[in-house]
Amino acid sequence: MLEAYYKPASLEEALSILDDFAGRARVIAGGTDLVLQLMHKEVAADVLVDISGLRQLRKIREENGRIVIGALSTHTDLSESSLLQEKAPLLSAAAGSVGSLQIRNVGTVGGNIVNAQPAADTAVALLALDATAKVVSLSGEKQVLLEELYSPLGGSNLNPCREILTEISFAPLSKSKAGGAFVRLARRKAVALPVLNVAVVIHSEEAKGALTDARIVMGPVALTPFRARKAEQVLRGSFPGEESFCRAAGLAADEARPRDSRFRGSAAYRKELARVMVLRALTIAQSNLDGQGVNR
Amino acid sequence: MSKGKELSFTLNNKPVTVEVEPHTILLDLLREKLGLTGTKRGCGEGECGACTVIVNNEAVNACLYPAWKVENCSVLTVEGLGSEENLHPLQEAFLETGAVQCGFCTPGMLMSSYALLQKTPDPDDDEIKTALAGNLCRCTGYVKILEAVKKAAYKMKQSEVNEEK
Repeated sequence: MLEAYYKPASLEEALSILDDFAGRARVIAGGTDLVLQLMHKEVAADVLVDISGLRQLRKIREENGRIVIGALSTHTDLSESSLLQEKAPLLSAAAGSVGSLQIRNVGTVGGNIVNAQPAADTAVALLALDATAKVVSLSGEKQVLLEELYSPLGGSNLNPCREILTEISFAPLSKSKAGGAFVRLARRKAVALPVLNVAVVIHSEEAKGALTDARIVMGPVALTPFRARKAEQVLRGSFPGEESFCRAAGLAADEARPRDSRFRGSAAYRKELARVMVLRALTIAQSNLDGQGVNR
Repeated sequence: MSKGKELSFTLNNKPVTVEVEPHTILLDLLREKLGLTGTKRGCGEGECGACTVIVNNEAVNACLYPAWKVENCSVLTVEGLGSEENLHPLQEAFLETGAVQCGFCTPGMLMSSYALLQKTPDPDDDEIKTALAGNLCRCTGYVKILEAVKKAAYKMKQSEVNEEK
């Protein structure tokens, strides 16, 4: 049973409350995951520190050539943001596919990351965008690569009793030099966890030229959102097209380690699905890069 | 900092102050403490939407919402939508189109629809489906509910036109 529910007015106050309770207090933002975890006793806390009143942590802006998203921005904020729809459409699409409207109105992008589910749609898209996270604690603030916030054994490296994720940033997809896509398969069209989701971003310096970089992230095929590094490697320096995309998709499926799941389907089925969906995502990303796509 | 026990917020356009424990969930506060049982507990896990209420103009699942979050906020429940004597156009439309069978999902459907129509007074089918995707109905299917929302949108527009006259 909770002893106290704090609503600090500043980040400093939030950190000092966390410090006072030395591990017995933890941060709550939207709470759409945490409330259930507390009810089911999967997470223990004596005290909650609700940071949702910290307005400065709810923003989506372009600052110094990067897109900066406050950790308290909701999935609805992300999916409705015209800035993201233009400069990172895969992210607004991913955020718009989370849960129901009631969940998207409350659940935050920071929570999606810190909760560290391997198939969290918004986080999967952010990882494909090579996002960086700002984490603050009483010892100061640090910038870390988003993927470093994930423990290889699953779960988050961030300590919710001591640290607060405040901001996520990434470079916008520049027109005709980068293309992205987010694709997802679920048992229903809405309010369903993904059987598999894939986010990709590809870069090219000149039209129809060789790819200079590629990131392919998918879930849930491992304990964390999974980067298909071999597939990415094969794409770097390759010319975009069916041949290189098919090869990359095959490698991504090889690398993926889905488990047999009564809910999501067999491992064999989802490996095949990974191949098909990575190919599909790369093809959409390419048409977005070429400026012909539906841009999603 | 507020660890205090007295929680103040606006409920159905009236100010309330009520003693609340740190762990209390909004749904329990409404149903058990304040006696507003129009808001239903379906799954209790944010899947079914029967507990949908509106907090500061946004539809939320009251079953996943810590009560302390509504401090100084404006909360609207189905009790604040209309009264038996004076139904809201959404309530009229739901009755007229047969969008209600057992009625358990109806308060949540109404609140999600209300939030939608506040933002999008003239929604198309896809917009209605997106707004109601988090509200499950196990009796009617969704065709009549969709019809009802469209009818309500029409009614609300008409009454605005009449007011202008």
